[in-house]
Amino acid sequence: MAEITTPIQTAQDEDVLRIGPLELRSRVIVGTSRYPSPQVMLDAVEASGAELVTVSIRRVNLRETDGESLLGLLRSRGYHLLPNTAGCYTAREAVLTAGLAREALGTDLVKLEVIGDDETLYPDVEQLLKAAKQLVDDGFHVLAYANDDPITCRKLADLGCAAVMPLAAPIGSGMGLVNPYTLRIIRETLPDTPLIVDAGIGTASDAARALELGYDGVLLNTAISGAEHPALMAAAVRHAVEAGRLAYRAGRIPRRLYANASSPMDGRIDAG
Amino acid sequence: MPAATIIPVTVNGEAREVPLGLALPDLLRLLDLDPEQPGIAVALNGVVVRRADWPGTPVEEGDEIEIITATQGG
Repeated sequence: MAEITTPIQTAQDEDVLRIGPLELRSRVIVGTSRYPSPQVMLDAVEASGAELVTVSIRRVNLRETDGESLLGLLRSRGYHLLPNTAGCYTAREAVLTAGLAREALGTDLVKLEVIGDDETLYPDVEQLLKAAKQLVDDGFHVLAYANDDPITCRKLADLGCAAVMPLAAPIGSGMGLVNPYTLRIIRETLPDTPLIVDAGIGTASDAARALELGYDGVLLNTAISGAEHPALMAAAVRHAVEAGRLAYRAGRIPRRLYANASSPMDGRIDAG
Repeated sequence: MPAATIIPVTVNGEAREVPLGLALPDLLRLLDLDPEQPGIAVALNGVVVRRADWPGTPVEEGDEIEIITATQGG
């Protein structure tokens, strides 16, 4: 039997996400942290369908310098690496970390994260904007983790960030989209900027909702790594993101308060 | 032969004593790291040193050196 390509399949194949120099077929970006073992991580990343995966930049352990590196494992499987600046509290730290990442990994991509405190892990907006400007000036493709604040997100886009990534809820909280209204405003304010929901995703339906709101993708870690079966959750997220994207492109019906009969009223029988 | 002069430096936040006259690749070898290994980067006193510049960069008294790699992250 000849292979059949459906119009929907073709439409999905042509639906590419462009961030900086990347052309991604998958709208799922995953972290590589907090997994019980490297193999569980690799299986989950594969099941998620992600092409772009985040890594962090840390001091080399000088007491234990052998062992197969995470980097080698990920690179051999062909993933694009997105180094982050997690743990940085100041623009200066973040800029240095990004510079080290560029040198170590040979990439101009960076997930910029400049946090304000340990409890909320909310971005420090002042330092975030300062770091974003410096990094864009230095030629980085900056994917900026941001508050779900339309003004901050607009400023990051105006600075030339390759993607703006407002949080759905605090990092690792799994609370889902706690304020879908501001996320909608951000989407409407920045129609041409790649927007990713980063942080707060708890399960597959949260990811679907983010895409239904018109977000270009999701970035998540704990929802997968902390699930009882990480690879199953990764697969669920993959399908949810595809479903959410299709629903967004399909254009949902408006909400209405009262019923609207689906079946025609004409030609009803009359037993009265 | 006079004993090598020892200088204090800080590597990844820890105080160390190393012989005077090392360049960055010598320091890495002293720490059991392979300077040819991809995926590592070095900052000297808060400034990234490009790999091509390592051989020409001497380690001096009081230097603060950071040697990093990529690891798991979210």
